[in-house]
Amino acid sequence: MSQPAPVPFVASLLDAPLPASGITWLDALRREHRAAFAAAGLPDTRMEAWKYTALRALGQRRYANGDAQAATRAIDPAAFALPGVDGPRLVFVNGVFRADLSALDALPTGLTLQPLAQALQQDAGPLRFVLSRHEPEQGDAFVRLNAALAADGVMLKVAAGAKIAAPVHLVFLGTPAEAELAWHLRHVIELGEGAELALVEHHAGGGEQQHLGTTVSDTVLRDGAVLRHVLFQQAAAGSSLIRRSRLQLGARAKAVLHVLELGGSLVRHDLRAELAGNGARLDTRGVFMPRGRQHIDTQLAIRHQALDTASESVWRGVADQRGRGVFRGAILVAPGADGSDASLSNKNLLLSGQAEIDTKPELEIYADEVKAAHGATVGQLDERSLFYLRSRGIPQAEARALLTAAFCRAMLDDLPNAALREHLAARLAV
Amino acid sequence: MLKIENLHARVAGKEILKGLTLTVNPGEVHAIMGPNGAGKSTLGNVLSGREGYEVTAGSVIYDGIDLLALEPEARAAAGVFLAFQYPVEIPGVNNTYFLRAALNAQRKARGEQELDSMQFLKLVREKLKVMQISDELLHRAVNEGFSGGEKKRNEIFQMAVLEPKLAILDETDSGLDIDALKQVAQGVNALRSPARSFLVITHYQRLLDYIEPDFVHVLAGGRIVESGDKTLALKLEEHGYAWVREHSEPAGATA
Repeated sequence: MSQPAPVPFVASLLDAPLPASGITWLDALRREHRAAFAAAGLPDTRMEAWKYTALRALGQRRYANGDAQAATRAIDPAAFALPGVDGPRLVFVNGVFRADLSALDALPTGLTLQPLAQALQQDAGPLRFVLSRHEPEQGDAFVRLNAALAADGVMLKVAAGAKIAAPVHLVFLGTPAEAELAWHLRHVIELGEGAELALVEHHAGGGEQQHLGTTVSDTVLRDGAVLRHVLFQQAAAGSSLIRRSRLQLGARAKAVLHVLELGGSLVRHDLRAELAGNGARLDTRGVFMPRGRQHIDTQLAIRHQALDTASESVWRGVADQRGRGVFRGAILVAPGADGSDASLSNKNLLLSGQAEIDTKPELEIYADEVKAAHGATVGQLDERSLFYLRSRGIPQAEARALLTAAFCRAMLDDLPNAALREHLAARLAV
Repeated sequence: MLKIENLHARVAGKEILKGLTLTVNPGEVHAIMGPNGAGKSTLGNVLSGREGYEVTAGSVIYDGIDLLALEPEARAAAGVFLAFQYPVEIPGVNNTYFLRAALNAQRKARGEQELDSMQFLKLVREKLKVMQISDELLHRAVNEGFSGGEKKRNEIFQMAVLEPKLAILDETDSGLDIDALKQVAQGVNALRSPARSFLVITHYQRLLDYIEPDFVHVLAGGRIVESGDKTLALKLEEHGYAWVREHSEPAGATA
């Protein structure tokens, strides 16, 4: 009957006091999730969803809960400045909201943007449904952990019909502290009917640090809404980042995601999209570039649940040195989702003999009149191209960077924000 | 300028060059002709430093330095240019960007000031005029979707911008129709100068109607078996390569 002692990771996080909101249902929910997290512990590689991402090393770590000094840490705004991104901004440092670094004055009409904790204090009722929603499954430890400990996050709403042109910048910055920290953020994003939003989700950080961040986000697009979402992850080299993003699209809603996973040490992103309304469309373009000893794992799952829905996913992975990339792209076309059109492609480059990429496209179809295509490849840089560049005088390292960037570059081609596009493209040539 | 002595080279364990000796002085145009499999392209690849070519004996001295000791990019910076027989398509790399990166890398290696985009554009415009090619090619990815003729013209255009001291043209005439051939030859002729030497590698005499060589060499069995002036090319055209073989190899010699 006796349970084995929890691993140091779990033990250290169970030490943390739960955030107290004073909201009865929320505090009860947090206790419930903490108990479930304590009971289940960390997933191991015997679980399919974690097969390629071992958490043994993480399990041996102890984390301090949150950063009491986060509000006063000196931050250079250059650490998160992005060209072409100068609209409303919400900044979190080590998981703590920083009003002084944020830009929330004079928000455009139709946009609500505030820290979740603030929204809960003002009126928790409307958030109860989304925060209570949980579909338990094996290996959900981090979702449980996040639900127990996340006291803040982003609350973003775009009113029906409002078109927010200037990109909203969400910044999650890690900075060195006195201890290794764990922080947790919970985001709730909703676009009303016919609303439009450009969003830049930006994970940044620097310095010597090995923090762990977890985020869980729910994004809902009502009928006809349009979301352009750039996810730029350049977290500090030693840090770990584990995220679950859920995206739900109503009828004729459209979401375009551009994802760049460049930073961090142990990085995992579960991105789950539901095309719930007829005619919904999701396009994802992504690049992951593990190098050094980085481990970057993307789990993309798209469910076509309605008529005439479409998804196109194009991802590139580049692994160098001892870097390891994991990509799972699962598309499910549910019964009745006739007329769905789904495609997924993941091409990868291995730049060193010790780098590794594990890629797994999956397709399950239970409907009729469906168009579906998927494929994945792993290869190496073309020696002929490399020699061609070198024969023109371009040094080997530069030639490799040029070819690597070219391999990924098309992922950014349809990003309309030109200044941001060029900035991100330059990050690909390393 | 270039002194090749007793060069032996292997590809995949097979000896292709078997004692090649050749001297090229500044401003000279040398044509290297020979049957298929004689080692013509191997020579170009060895000189430009392609991987997979193993030099087992001999030396190549270029401008007083041991060319074979240099990395491909260092050879380029030193002024060696290879126009590829099969130019490589590189999707995602813009032609102009590539060319500027190449020129500036060479200039940097030589300790010269790099060109900014305005200076580079000015240079490119001048060269475009000389080569008579449309600037539309510049906006595309390197060689991507180019016709055979466009690819070869792009090679010559790169040569015009990079201004090498030794240009090696590897079967630049292959796959070209007569109009494209004339255009390419015209570009090459515009670049001839007392300080620039050319090695023109070709299977056919046709190219030499338009690029007039100072010397013609016949490469067979991995060695130069015959050298002469441009009339040698005409003789070859008339008699075929079999004539050279009979004419030059000692009786009973085998490959």
